[in-house]
Amino acid sequence: MADTMPLYEVFVRARRGLEHRHAGSLRAQDAEMALQYAREIYTRRREGVSLWVVRSGDIVASQEEDAPAFFDPADDKPYRQATWYKLPEGVKNL
Amino acid sequence: MSLLDAVVGLADDALVLGHRLSEWCGRAPFLEEDLAIANTALDLLGRARTLYGYAETLGGRNEDEYAFLRDAPEFRNLLIYELPGDDFAAACARQFLVDVFDDLYLTELAASRDETLAELGAKCAKESTWHRRHSGEWLNRLGDGTAESHERMQRALEGVWGYHLELFETGPGETRLVASGVLPDRGALERRWSAAVHEAIRSATLDVPSNGRRVAGGRAGEHTEHLGIMLAEMQQLPRACPGANW
Repeated sequence: MADTMPLYEVFVRARRGLEHRHAGSLRAQDAEMALQYAREIYTRRREGVSLWVVRSGDIVASQEEDAPAFFDPADDKPYRQATWYKLPEGVKNL
Repeated sequence: MSLLDAVVGLADDALVLGHRLSEWCGRAPFLEEDLAIANTALDLLGRARTLYGYAETLGGRNEDEYAFLRDAPEFRNLLIYELPGDDFAAACARQFLVDVFDDLYLTELAASRDETLAELGAKCAKESTWHRRHSGEWLNRLGDGTAESHERMQRALEGVWGYHLELFETGPGETRLVASGVLPDRGALERRWSAAVHEAIRSATLDVPSNGRRVAGGRAGEHTEHLGIMLAEMQQLPRACPGANW
């Protein structure tokens, strides 16, 4: 049964004001059961105040073979870092 | 019936059902459900421990003696809680019927004039609201699932039907505790219970059983043969090694 059930990714918000963070995954028959199992598996020790579940298949992911084209060009562009810029005279806090 | 007897009866309900659920540990249809059942079992064992602890302060025995050193006729749980439920459909059917009852009962218990019971009711009603949501899903999924799951869920409902009536019986002596606002009136919950359960059964494309059976006796210590077998396994270790710690 478990083999035929879709995989879901679980996101837990630890406290109000914080973002939902990826906690793990589980298998469930559908969204309602995924939400119930997420509660049972990922929030039983008071880890969260809100849950998201999303079908893993619905996530669009970058591919490993694309990594050089996706990420390497950022390596030599230090001007995209805030530290590249000198603070103008007179600015105390930025 | 004294307050002590009433508290022990409620504790036995929770312990016996909690143990029945714990028998699924490692045997549920898949890992996620295994964890869900175990969590529910632990909620019920926690409920039982709170109640046995309260019983001890009322002059009763300690929790281990209640759980491990009594034989079946000394247990006061209602019979519906001790049924084996060894088919997954049977476990889900029984669970839904008692979850709906416990949800209603504990919500009323939260208004008890007994402070300890009121606190327990407020805390545990939320647990039972959750349990009911989960078992309700299974009732619906198995009822409105495949031909086989439908047939097995219908059979499961027929098997447990009639035992539920004991949930609404006010035992001898319990009347006084109800009148004084310590315990909820069980009989008054039947209408709301039936409305919710019948609706859920029908929307799961199942039929409400009409076998006319009425089974009772748990509060008087008259049990089914299933309880003795369950206790034999549950009590084996503490009886073989009295006072052992692990």
